[in-house]
Amino acid sequence: MNRRFSWFNATSLTLGFAFLYVPMLILVIYSFNESKLVTVWAGFSTKWYGELLGNDAFLSAAWVTLKVALMSSTLAAVLGTMAAHVLVRGGRFMGRTLFSGMIYAPLVMPEVITGLSLLLLFISIGLDRGIFTIVLAHTTFTMCYVSVVVSSRLVTFDKSLEEAALDLGCTPLDAFFSVTLPIIAPAVISGWLLAFTLSLDDLVIASFAAGPSATTLPMKIFSSVRLGVSPEINALSTIMISIVTVGVIITSLLSKRAVARQRADEQAAART
Amino acid sequence: MAQPDPTPAAKPEAVKPAGADRPVFAPWNDPDAKPLIQFRNVTKKFGEFVAIDNLTVDIFRREFFALLGPSGCGKTTLMRMLAGFETVSEGTILLDGVDIAPIPPNKRATNMMFQSYALFPHLTVWDNIAFGLKRSDMPRDQIPARVEEMLRLTRLEKFGKRKPHQISGGQRQRVALARSLAKAPKLLLLDEPLGALDKKLRQETQFELMDIQEKTGTTFVIVTHDQEEAMTVASRVAVMDHGKMIQVDTPDRIYETPNSVYVADFIGDVNLVQGRATAQGGGRYAIDWAEGQPPIHATATEGIAPGTAVHFAIRPEKVAISAEPPEGRANVVEGQILDIAYLGNISTYKVQLAGGRIMKSQVTNDRRLARRSFTWDDRVWLSFTETAGVVLLD
Amino acid sequence: MNPRRLFVIGLPYLWLLALFLVPFFIVLKIALSDTAVSIPPYTPVLDLAAGWQGVKDFWAGLDLENFVFLTEDALYWKAYLSSLQIAAISTVIALLVGYPIAYAMAQASDEWRPTLMMLIILPFWTSFLIRVYSWIGILSNEGFLNQFLLWSGLSSTPLAIMNTTTAVYIGIVYTYLPFMVLPIYAALEKMDGSLIEAAEDLGCSRISAFWLVTLPLSRPGVIAGCFLVFIPALGEFVIPSILGGSRTLMIGKVLWEEFFSNRDWPVASAVAVVLLLLLIVPIILFQRNEQRQREADQ
Repeated sequence: MNRRFSWFNATSLTLGFAFLYVPMLILVIYSFNESKLVTVWAGFSTKWYGELLGNDAFLSAAWVTLKVALMSSTLAAVLGTMAAHVLVRGGRFMGRTLFSGMIYAPLVMPEVITGLSLLLLFISIGLDRGIFTIVLAHTTFTMCYVSVVVSSRLVTFDKSLEEAALDLGCTPLDAFFSVTLPIIAPAVISGWLLAFTLSLDDLVIASFAAGPSATTLPMKIFSSVRLGVSPEINALSTIMISIVTVGVIITSLLSKRAVARQRADEQAAART
Repeated sequence: MAQPDPTPAAKPEAVKPAGADRPVFAPWNDPDAKPLIQFRNVTKKFGEFVAIDNLTVDIFRREFFALLGPSGCGKTTLMRMLAGFETVSEGTILLDGVDIAPIPPNKRATNMMFQSYALFPHLTVWDNIAFGLKRSDMPRDQIPARVEEMLRLTRLEKFGKRKPHQISGGQRQRVALARSLAKAPKLLLLDEPLGALDKKLRQETQFELMDIQEKTGTTFVIVTHDQEEAMTVASRVAVMDHGKMIQVDTPDRIYETPNSVYVADFIGDVNLVQGRATAQGGGRYAIDWAEGQPPIHATATEGIAPGTAVHFAIRPEKVAISAEPPEGRANVVEGQILDIAYLGNISTYKVQLAGGRIMKSQVTNDRRLARRSFTWDDRVWLSFTETAGVVLLD
Repeated sequence: MNPRRLFVIGLPYLWLLALFLVPFFIVLKIALSDTAVSIPPYTPVLDLAAGWQGVKDFWAGLDLENFVFLTEDALYWKAYLSSLQIAAISTVIALLVGYPIAYAMAQASDEWRPTLMMLIILPFWTSFLIRVYSWIGILSNEGFLNQFLLWSGLSSTPLAIMNTTTAVYIGIVYTYLPFMVLPIYAALEKMDGSLIEAAEDLGCSRISAFWLVTLPLSRPGVIAGCFLVFIPALGEFVIPSILGGSRTLMIGKVLWEEFFSNRDWPVASAVAVVLLLLLIVPIILFQRNEQRQREADQ
């Protein structure tokens, strides 16, 4: 594209980002509102954060969510990487088409259907629902995201690197762990992060898979949101938004620095 | 590692059969020599496509063997079968008399230098070179010394701590070479090893490669599509086409006595003249090539039946060009200069002969340009001796 | 096949078979069963202990009754139609909002683009639920939008947006906007800038160069973006249930209520099967578009 600054472009960017960020900004500002009425400003206060931290129901739901997200995203990273390897390097095997279909289908499947079908499975095999079933459900749909992220990296991976490892005496397993995995690690990590975020965020599938014994944070938020706006939820939202914002800014700064260093190295190498 | 020859780097000429005081290195002419690699009726098919077609060839210890051909001729497949990345469809490949088919790539005594170099980007130069050693039965404490030795051999001592993206293209090429040589393989496979370098660096590196091959005494098999590179580095060149080896010979014989139109045309510049041969006794033939023109007189080693359609192939530099009809040459033809390509050290004249045929003559520019005695559209005479060209059967 | 290869292929394969494919057959089976006041709340149940007779009884008990029921009750086909309508309208709005943003991003300078990219992706990492929730305070009767309208005199009475389909449109466009912007941006970004210059050199005005060159070349991105918004919007549950109120009919919400409130598992399953059938066409079209783009890239 040729780059031309124009008022039209500046306006669409300003309006577009205002649309994306003003609602969240309001949420953050009003989380510091003194009043219980969330739309009327009554002075600065952090009391809702205090109330939130004293709310055991929220804290235990947050704890459940974190546990589920950690377990399911780690499982999903392993399974998704394996699946990506099968998709890209697996060659031909029986049922390959079915396999790739099962990898891509969950990405476009409405959550209500995935949730319902998993719940019916758990019931028909008599599995007690709880944290374990949420982990199973989350691993299943997030591993597909991991495998898409990792396989897009593997496609551009120079196959001769693996061949060179074999040529130099590696067994195939050794070649994977000492050459392939270190090189695709950034993709696996971003796949893991994606899985972690999706799991943290999921309401529908967790609601189906959870049963009465476990409640995740999104389920808790949903049930209180249905009753209307509450300043405690605003405070909770602010905390979550800040964590994500800080995380994203740090990673983008780090990757910017890495790119700059790479470029400097390459320029230096070209001069030698 | 075998290092039987302590003398400093031999110049390329010395390796060639033309070398004077050294014994000629030509095990392929010695019926008692035991080959390192034997291809026996090897065929490789990818589905319906025949990549290697019933190929039989021997490669000897300490050889620098070049596989030369256009892309898709099967040269890379041949090399990948040696490395163990492709299986053989029919026939056997023997390494030191042992069938290598059941041996996986990580157990083979061969190493490969990849076209892309395939340097591990997450490891330093040092760790790249040590990679294979750590997976061999070499004692741990001997690995550093071996890595240092390889760094010295490839003049990379200063770069051990760098990552591959922190060094230049030429240095990467040398790291790839050092890594593949570190395990002292019986056979080193080089897949277009100089393809990624620019022309000047490539020429320097060719000599370096020969030097290292000489020092280490390793057998090299190189795949290339660059005929100049093959001619420079190799002790023998195999010219391949459609999965077959058309000619396997020393570079000078490939150039001087190609065995087919394909080889003559693929290697270097050549004038090909179609005609019909008539024997004149004593291995001499007259080739009628155009109505109303005197026949070309040439020699051939094998008997050719009268009237056989042949190609007469002659290199442009063996065709002399003069403004006056020369005396005492076996073949003289008259023509008109159509085009002159001035390349600095040499010039190529495109001369149109009677009947429209074009013949090229290449002349060294040992005189200043201004003193040239002929120019565009001038009448000139082309001449060459009886033994200057070869007669090729179609 | 060697054991290592068998393991690498087998483990994810079996996982997906057991937790993705098998559950679908269970949904299909229950959709063909009858509602019952029992645990589980449907019949027949496959009774393997009864042997062959049990399997035969099971087969005999299956029928299409639930699907017939869906066609008879206006609620269901109205819900399907209104889901289609809401998803389609939201997609068009998202395209109209998203295209200028993607276009402006693609024309931004090199040092700005990574930042703009980050700003587009950032909302995606924040909680979906919270982003939907943030609109309640804006759209409600005493919300910020109405406060602003009344204060500025643009309107004399508060607008009732909350709990209407308008609120659902806003919610969908807001949450799925990055999915529209990113593929369009990707298509525009890799476009060769000299094409526009060539078009202008050949006599196009800037606007006609846009219509004749830029827009057609960004078509694959537009198509991908539209599917990425339309497909999830069709089965959406969270947005209509938070912003849409009780009068907004969407099929995801109907399924949820059928299951959790009415505890009618067979009907919920039948709703799911029909929703899936509705989705198959756009999904296949989407895959074809992606496939064509991959081939064009090679």
